[in-house]
Amino acid sequence: MSGWLWAFLILAGLLAAAWAFRAAGTAVTKNRPYFRDMPFTVAFGYMVAVAAVAGGLWLWFQPGAVFFRWAVQFFVAAAIAAFLFRLVGRHVGPGVTRKAFRQMPLTASFGILAILVYAILAIFAPVLAPYGQSEVVGTVNMLPGGNPATGGDPAHPLGTDQIGRDLLSRLIYGAQNTVGIAFATTCIAFFLGGSLGFLAAIIGGWFDNILARLVDVLMAIPSLIFALLLMTIASAWAGSQQWQLTLYMVFIIAVIDSTRVFRLARAVGQNIVVMDYIEAAKLRGEGLGYLIFKEVLPNATAPLLAEFGLRFCFVFLTIAALSFLGVGIQPPLADWGTMVRDLAQFINFAAFSPLAAALPLMAAGAIALLTVAVNFVVDWMLHRSSGLKD
Amino acid sequence: MSNVLTIILQRLALGILTLFVVSVVIFAAVNLLPGDFAQVILGQGATPEAVESIRRDLGLDQPVVLRYFDWLAGAVQGDLGTSFAQANFASFVGEGAARGTTVMQQIAPRFENTMFLAGVTALIAVPFAVGLGILAALYRDTAFDKGTNIFALTSISSPEFFLAYVLILFLAVLNPWLPSLSNIYDGMGLGERLQRTLLPALTLTLVVTAHMMRMTRAAIINLLASPYIEMARLKGMKPMHVIVRHALPNALAPIINVVALNLAYLITGVVVVEVVFVYPGIGQLFVDSVKIRDIPVVQACCLIFAAAYILLNLLADILSILSNPRVRHPK
Repeated sequence: MSGWLWAFLILAGLLAAAWAFRAAGTAVTKNRPYFRDMPFTVAFGYMVAVAAVAGGLWLWFQPGAVFFRWAVQFFVAAAIAAFLFRLVGRHVGPGVTRKAFRQMPLTASFGILAILVYAILAIFAPVLAPYGQSEVVGTVNMLPGGNPATGGDPAHPLGTDQIGRDLLSRLIYGAQNTVGIAFATTCIAFFLGGSLGFLAAIIGGWFDNILARLVDVLMAIPSLIFALLLMTIASAWAGSQQWQLTLYMVFIIAVIDSTRVFRLARAVGQNIVVMDYIEAAKLRGEGLGYLIFKEVLPNATAPLLAEFGLRFCFVFLTIAALSFLGVGIQPPLADWGTMVRDLAQFINFAAFSPLAAALPLMAAGAIALLTVAVNFVVDWMLHRSSGLKD
Repeated sequence: MSNVLTIILQRLALGILTLFVVSVVIFAAVNLLPGDFAQVILGQGATPEAVESIRRDLGLDQPVVLRYFDWLAGAVQGDLGTSFAQANFASFVGEGAARGTTVMQQIAPRFENTMFLAGVTALIAVPFAVGLGILAALYRDTAFDKGTNIFALTSISSPEFFLAYVLILFLAVLNPWLPSLSNIYDGMGLGERLQRTLLPALTLTLVVTAHMMRMTRAAIINLLASPYIEMARLKGMKPMHVIVRHALPNALAPIINVVALNLAYLITGVVVVEVVFVYPGIGQLFVDSVKIRDIPVVQACCLIFAAAYILLNLLADILSILSNPRVRHPK
C-alpha cells in the first residue's frame, strides 16, 4: 500500500510545485502574460517534465539500472548519429538530396541512416559475418560482452546460442534472410496488388466489381489468422521440405497483403483515369501496358511509395510473428523471429546478469529498430506530400 | 428513426453475408489439403482400410458441398466437430462409444479467457488513448506532442513480442511486481486473475494505444480550423473546454471507428501475446493446433476470429452512423 501512498504524495507535490512555479514566475517577471495567463495544466506539465528529468538522473546513478543507462546511451548515440548524418547530407551530394535533408526532422534522418545500415548489413552479410549462419563454433550459451569474467568470450562479442552458434553472425545473416524475404514478399505483393488495382481502375465494369468483392472477402479475415490457417495447409503440402515451406510463406503473405495494395492502387488509379491525359492516350490508341506504366504509375508514385514503406513494415512484422510462433522462416536459416523464440527463456536470468536478458532482446530489438526507422521515414514523407503544417 | 433502422439492417445483412462467404473461404482453404483428413490423421502408416473407415466416420465420402453445409449447420448450432488430437473414432473404440472432446468443449473456456483479456485491455487502452490524443491535440506542436508522437510511432511499429519481453524484463524479472506467466484457471478470485492478466493486457494496450491516439489527435485537429471552433475561442472559452465541448462530439465518429478497428486488431495481437505469456486463451489453442495440424480446431478458431473481426467492424459502422446527428434526426 505504501506504493500508492508514495504516488499520491508525488502527485500532490507536483500539483503544489506547479502552482508555486506559476506564482513565482508571475512575481519574478513582473506580471508577464506568459506566466499570468498560463493554464494550470501547462504549469503542471512543466513540473512533470522537471520531475521526469530529475527521476532520470537519479535512476542513472542507481547501480541496478543497467538497462536504463543502455537505453539512454543508445538514444543519445542515435540522436548524435542522425544529426551528423543530416549535417553530411546537407552539404554532400546532388542538389535534390541536399534540399531534402535541409527540411528533414531528426527522426527521419535517423530512419534513413538505420535503413542504410540494415541494407549494407543484408547485402554484404557473407563478408561481414565472422562465421557461417549455421556453423556451430563455440561453447554454448556464451553471454554477450566478450568479457570472460562476465561469462563472455572475446571471439564471440555477442555471445553464442543454445547450440553454440555465433550470435553476431546470426544477427547479420538474419538481416539478409528476414529483411530480404520480407522485401521480396512486399515486392511481389506490390506487383500483384498494384497491377491488378490499376487494371481494375482502367478496365472498370464487371472486372473491377468481381476483383473488388473478392478483395473485400479476403480482407474480412484478420491477416495473421488467415496466414496461420494457410500455413497449416502449406506445411502439409511442403512435407519435410523446409525451404518449400518458406517459399509458400512468401506467396501466402504476398497474396494476403496484395489485397491491401489493391485497394489503394485502385482508389488512386480511379482518380487518375478520369484525367484528360488518360483520355488523350486512349484516343491515341495506346495499349493497356502503356497506360499502366507510362500514364498511371508515374502519377501514383508518391502514395504508393509511402504505402510500400508501411506495407513492408506489416509484412516484416507478420513474418517475424510467424517465425516467432514457429511456422515462419525455417531453420537452419538464421532469422530474428526464431532467434527471439529460442533465446526467450534467458530473460528470466536478468536479475543475475543483465547481459543474459540482452540475448533475446537483441534480435527483437533489431526487428523493432528497422520497423521504427521505416515508419519514421514514411511519416515524414506523408507529412511532406500532404503539405500538412499542423 | 426508420431511416436509421433501415441502414442498420442493411449493414447487418451485409455483415452476415460476409460471414457466410468467409466461412466458404475457410472451408475451401482447408479442403485444399493434399490427400484428405483421414490420411492426415493416420499419417504415414495409413492402411487403405483404416483410411476408408475414418472417411466413413467423418462423412468424408460425401460430396464437398454437402459436407460444407453439414459443417455450417453444426457451427451455427455450436457443434464445431471433434478435435483430431482428442478424437476417439467409432471404428477404433466401437460403435456407440463416447466421442472425443468436441472442439466446442476445448474452445468455450478459452474463449471466455480471451474475452476477459480483451476486455481488460479495452478498459485500460481506450480511456488512456483518447485522453492522450486529446492532450496531444490541445498541446500540439509542443515537446509533449512530439514526445507522444515518437512514443506512438515506436510502439506501433515494434513487434508484440518485443514489447512483451521488455515489459516482462522490467515489471516481472527486475522488479517482481507482476507474474510473467499468466496461468489462469477456473475458480480463481477476480483480484488474482486481474493481477495475472495485467501484464498481457498492458502489452496489448501498448500495441493498440498508439493508433487510437494518433487518430483521435488527427480527428480533433481536423476540426480545429472550422468556424464554430473559432467562434468558441473568440467567446473566450478555455482551450480544454473548446476541445471537449465543441470539437470532441463532432470528432466522435472517426474516433469510435478507430477504437472499434483497434479492438478488432486486438484479435490478431492476442495470438502472439497469449503465446508469450502462456495465457490459456483461444489464440494459444490456435497456434498449437496449427503446429500439430489439428484441422477442425484450426477451422473453428479461424471462424471465431473472423466472426469477431467482422462483428467489431460492423459495430464500428453502426456506431459511427448513430453518432451522426444528421442521420439520427432527419428533417
